[in-house]
Amino acid sequence: MALKLHGLAFSTCTARAATAIYEKGQQFELVPVNLTAGEHKQPGFLAKNPFGQIPVLEDGDLTLFESRAIATYVAEKYKDSGSDLIRHQNLKEAALVKVWSEVESQTFHPVISAIVYQFLIAPLFGQQTDQAVIDANLEKLKNILDVYESRLKSSKYLAGDFFSLADLNHCPYLFYFMRSPWTSVVNERPHVKAWWEDISSRPSFKKVAEGMTFGQK
Amino acid sequence: MAGIKVHGTPFSTAAARVLATLYEKEVEFEFVPIDMRAGEHKKESFLALNPFGQVPAFEDGDLQLFESRAITQYIAHEYAPKGTPLIFPDSKKMAILSVWTEVEAQKYDPVASKLTFELVIKPLMLGLATDFTVVEEFEAKLGTVLDVYEARLGKSKYLGGDCFSLADLHHLPTTDYLMGTQVKKLFECRPNVSAWVADITARPAWKKVVAMRAH
Repeated sequence: MALKLHGLAFSTCTARAATAIYEKGQQFELVPVNLTAGEHKQPGFLAKNPFGQIPVLEDGDLTLFESRAIATYVAEKYKDSGSDLIRHQNLKEAALVKVWSEVESQTFHPVISAIVYQFLIAPLFGQQTDQAVIDANLEKLKNILDVYESRLKSSKYLAGDFFSLADLNHCPYLFYFMRSPWTSVVNERPHVKAWWEDISSRPSFKKVAEGMTFGQK
Repeated sequence: MAGIKVHGTPFSTAAARVLATLYEKEVEFEFVPIDMRAGEHKKESFLALNPFGQVPAFEDGDLQLFESRAITQYIAHEYAPKGTPLIFPDSKKMAILSVWTEVEAQKYDPVASKLTFELVIKPLMLGLATDFTVVEEFEAKLGTVLDVYEARLGKSKYLGGDCFSLADLHHLPTTDYLMGTQVKKLFECRPNVSAWVADITARPAWKKVVAMRAH
């Protein structure tokens, strides 16, 4: 039975889950959710995700939400195929994957998502872009990426010399951020720049990125 | 054996998360206090353990970790046979646990931490005034999250499944602080949530963490 991913191709969180599925050499059926019509707030969808958000993964009778939990589930279930995203055979490496996955979740995500929301999403909903929010978060992002720059000098990827879920989880929001006027924040940090170019050129993400057309006509 | 070391302060919600896990797993550890008022967490020796300069930092022999939720997961897996099981061996149950661990990290904590900062940290630790406009805004957000929890706990004894797990444990430090503030009404008016909070905060391992603050 095929994996069903309820979401939209241009959604960052759907893209996170989709990239993980492709990295594991698996396929899925994308079941579109009509956000404009408020489908995600209807009882049928809320039964799958009580927080009314995409994506939702259905694998047989198992229903999961939260993109990072979906990515982790896929990485565990198909651990013997595709790329090794969680390093399950090496406890130390596995722990470092968790550390840098939490960095993405707790430190990177709130900052990058605030910037992406302001410049990309707010205008499409007729909202005023709040430059103060962007500026404050750009300063935080610079500090965060200074730590990444230092880390990536001694480690090819965030958790070690291996691509992992910790790197993958950054892809969707960084992709949209690199369409903003502030790409210098990444490009002025050579190791961060090289790391981004590497992880964003992986076939799994390139395939997903084809659908990440949010904001484009 | 070099053993386990936790660097931090028991007042930090993130450090408390790790301490609760160690007590649940009945694993020996050394606690290394970090003087945050003196800025010790921003000094070179600490930054070598956590380049983001935040507590806790964790060592197990030559393994060095940071981020409390990464540390708790490491402990739960590495010491699985000891103490309380905090993860599930069944892959489907583990997937559900992972969902609700993410819910805590993505939905609950940003809101609960903001309220803890305004109502506990600012007045009691920083000598600053609470911004009640922010409190009102975030109480509304917390209410929305707790409505989902109320429904979930009507179908499941604990958030992550039938047994206490990391998904519940991760909530302990912030929730415990909030139960000492005006926010407690949001938990108490929801019967399933109220029972769950009473249950998890009564756990002996959690009480040991709270006792560390008395010193």
